[in-house]
Amino acid sequence: MTLSTKNILGTRELTKNDIQQILDTADSFKEISTRAIKKVPTLRGKTIINLFFEPSTRTRTSFEIAGKRLSADVINISGATSSAVKGENLIDTARNLEAMNPDILVVRHDCSGAVELLSQFVSSPIINAGDGSHEHPSQALLDLLTIRSHKGNLKGLSVAIVGDINHSRVVRSNIRAMQTMGMKVRVVGPPPLIPVEMKRLGVEVSYNLIETIKDVDVIMVLRVQLERQSQGLLSSLREYSNYFCLTSETLAQARDDVLIIHPGPVNRGIEISLDVMRSPRSLILNQVTNGVAVRMALFYLLLGENNANPN
Amino acid sequence: MSSTLLNSKDISRAVSRISHEILERNHGANNIALVGIRTRGAVLSKRLRERIKEIENVTAAHGVLDITLYRDDLAGGNRKPELKKTEIPFALEGKHIILCDDVLFTGRTIRAAIDALMDFGRPSSVQLAVLIDRGHRELPIRPDYVGKNIPAAKSKRVQVLLTEEDGEDGVVIQEPSN
Amino acid sequence: MQTLIKNGRVIDPANQLDGAFDILIDNGKIKTIEPRGKISGSKLKNIPVIDAEHCVVAPGFCDMHVHFREPGHEYKETIETGSASAAAGGFSTVAVMPNTCPVNDNRSITELIFSQAKKANLVNVLPIGAITKGLKGKSLSDMGELKEAGCIGYSDDGMPVMDSELMRRAFEYSRMFDLPCIQHSETLDLTRGGCMNEGIVSTELGLKGMPVEAEDIMVFRDICLLRKTGGRLHVAHISSGGAVELVRQAKAKGLPVTCEVAPHHFTLTEEACRNYNTDAKMSPPLRTDEDLELIKEGLSDGTIDIIATDHAPHDVADKQMEFSKACFGIVGLETALPLTLKMVDEKVITLQKAVDLLTHQPCRVFNLDKGTLGIGKDADVVVFNPKTQYIIEPEKFKSRSKNSPYKGWKVRGKILHTLVAGKTVYSACDE
Repeated sequence: MTLSTKNILGTRELTKNDIQQILDTADSFKEISTRAIKKVPTLRGKTIINLFFEPSTRTRTSFEIAGKRLSADVINISGATSSAVKGENLIDTARNLEAMNPDILVVRHDCSGAVELLSQFVSSPIINAGDGSHEHPSQALLDLLTIRSHKGNLKGLSVAIVGDINHSRVVRSNIRAMQTMGMKVRVVGPPPLIPVEMKRLGVEVSYNLIETIKDVDVIMVLRVQLERQSQGLLSSLREYSNYFCLTSETLAQARDDVLIIHPGPVNRGIEISLDVMRSPRSLILNQVTNGVAVRMALFYLLLGENNANPN
Repeated sequence: MSSTLLNSKDISRAVSRISHEILERNHGANNIALVGIRTRGAVLSKRLRERIKEIENVTAAHGVLDITLYRDDLAGGNRKPELKKTEIPFALEGKHIILCDDVLFTGRTIRAAIDALMDFGRPSSVQLAVLIDRGHRELPIRPDYVGKNIPAAKSKRVQVLLTEEDGEDGVVIQEPSN
Repeated sequence: MQTLIKNGRVIDPANQLDGAFDILIDNGKIKTIEPRGKISGSKLKNIPVIDAEHCVVAPGFCDMHVHFREPGHEYKETIETGSASAAAGGFSTVAVMPNTCPVNDNRSITELIFSQAKKANLVNVLPIGAITKGLKGKSLSDMGELKEAGCIGYSDDGMPVMDSELMRRAFEYSRMFDLPCIQHSETLDLTRGGCMNEGIVSTELGLKGMPVEAEDIMVFRDICLLRKTGGRLHVAHISSGGAVELVRQAKAKGLPVTCEVAPHHFTLTEEACRNYNTDAKMSPPLRTDEDLELIKEGLSDGTIDIIATDHAPHDVADKQMEFSKACFGIVGLETALPLTLKMVDEKVITLQKAVDLLTHQPCRVFNLDKGTLGIGKDADVVVFNPKTQYIIEPEKFKSRSKNSPYKGWKVRGKILHTLVAGKTVYSACDE
């Protein structure tokens, strides 16, 4: 097994074969998290640095758990404690970390492209844990794993993505990965939150939630940031909810076997109602569990083993 | 250059004998569990379980180990062995585990398998059943049940073929290809 | 002190001259221009001769839009290094924008620029004064004092004058001094936080876009104001096809509007920003193929008056960073000729027109007694071979900064000699 890429900067660079390998491997890793002793020695002696220039609890924790379940030493460096605040620039930080010989860098940054830039200055593999509004590949992969586990297959499925399309790295990563896997993507949300050029990415664009979710296999609901209101992109969260909140009423228009996913954290009652969130169709907690497995798979495939055969 | 050392019947006889030995040593099948190492060890463990059921009419617990994550030849190599599922759907506590593999060679796979097993719990004992023991141990590991000893030169390749995986049964020995 | 430039093809659009001529320079001035081989005499035996065989001999190029960073950011460029870069690019005259630190909004900074240029003693450096004090867009600078000190125009380049009332007053007041107001046309409230053109590439890269409409709206506003107030508007570095059309319409109505285009806006599109290449980050941003075509149309029909580089040097530390945080701009002086000649190759303009856009036209727009090989004029001359092919290597630039997206481009058109007032300030033979 070989990935076609040394770094996981985005789903844009991943081939269909890459994605399949990652999902298959992640599937095998799921079992480890159910054991009494949730640890295998695979990455013993390897150092993983979680470099987070933007606050994050979920993603950082997920990568940390994934690393620790593979016995790697995981070091967290957050924006607040890193040298970023002392005026050291990104390249300097990268070079300093490089000098400590990490085996994998996991990087989150609030600027699109920052992780790609960093990758040009370090030799160890890098996983993009979210860069600005650009990509968040591990999230897209865990979404695909969650969907595949429930639908058995990805090809031919249709997905509706609801919410703030413009500012979402999750959307960009998912659109690319889903298209690679032969899925159809629609986006729906208020026009100020959808880029003018969106259709050119090969997705359908709609402003009507019910029309959009009617016949899809999966509904992905995105978190709406409160700050979009002060930026003049939303009139109010209340009005947003009127048109775009996924409630049991709107969901009644969708197919019975539709799956609901959300990258979290959820604003209950704004983009999704509490009862929908807790309904059996909602896979939000599965996503969290699958996140650890996907990240273990990425670590394993990026370093892990060679092909020596112990027979 | 290859020559066949065991044919289908030979393998079947070896499986029968080992099944009897396991039952004899463990006083029946009630407390045993068969755990096969992927891929051919798993096939072998299923055959042993079938045979034991025929003899004793008891279905022994069964599991499959993928030892990839426990291997000691880790390096930053690019090609990764495909990781498959590990399935141990029973508690190990109080069980005599019969660990099954096709070929015993350096012992490193078995070391990895024992480590993997221990992460699932504390069995009463672990016993080792292999179809072929070809010697050349690099670790202090010995089998409890052996189908056949084949003291081949270290450079040679001993290959077990099983119908479930390879479409036919047989054990062949091959000269190194270059 | 005499110099003879012989065997070249002289292109001097100011005098509608194009043909095989020899030029005799005497005491820093053009003394005579005669058909090839006709300048002779025993006195000429021992004077330096530039053999311009296979070359074009033209007035030294004039770039009405450069940033030399002095005073304030000498680590990016100084008037001396910028002048050397200009000379290497075939430019004998440059106009420097006032967004230095401190801003060129008063006589003392203007005089400092002149004195530093004199020290460098390479090319003619002409300062542009600020429209508003400190480029703050709050109150008009002393335009009279700036003109008396030697400024040739007014601009808040980099910071458009957003306040329409203030811009109206700038047009009105500048009439007194008959100098153009040069606008960096960008409606800032449409581009807030933006770092590249808004379009498919910004959508894919997840970068905040700067819509092309921000430029169109500002150009339109200024044209409207101008219609009322009079004065002169020069639109800096036009990048939008829509803005070209607005300028075309304004010109058709006889309004005193001119505009310039930078070579990167007719050779590159937003696609160059992929991979977060900060050397393709500029303001106004690289646009689309459609804009590129409309700009070429503007070049060929004369809507676009001049080519100016917007030479914007930045240190590697200001560029090698997150795309959204990196500085805007690229160096342009040393790539202007070959990029302009690409337009000749593409048959957008003729070679004569290319020279015109770099010499006579800028001087016409800014009322400069330059950009001509007229008898008795300053002998600012460039000699270039339009056929010589080479690879662009930014590390070899004379500019202190190397931020160019053209690294590795195979181009043709090489500067061989640049003369300012008869003195050689650059010669490829010395390289």
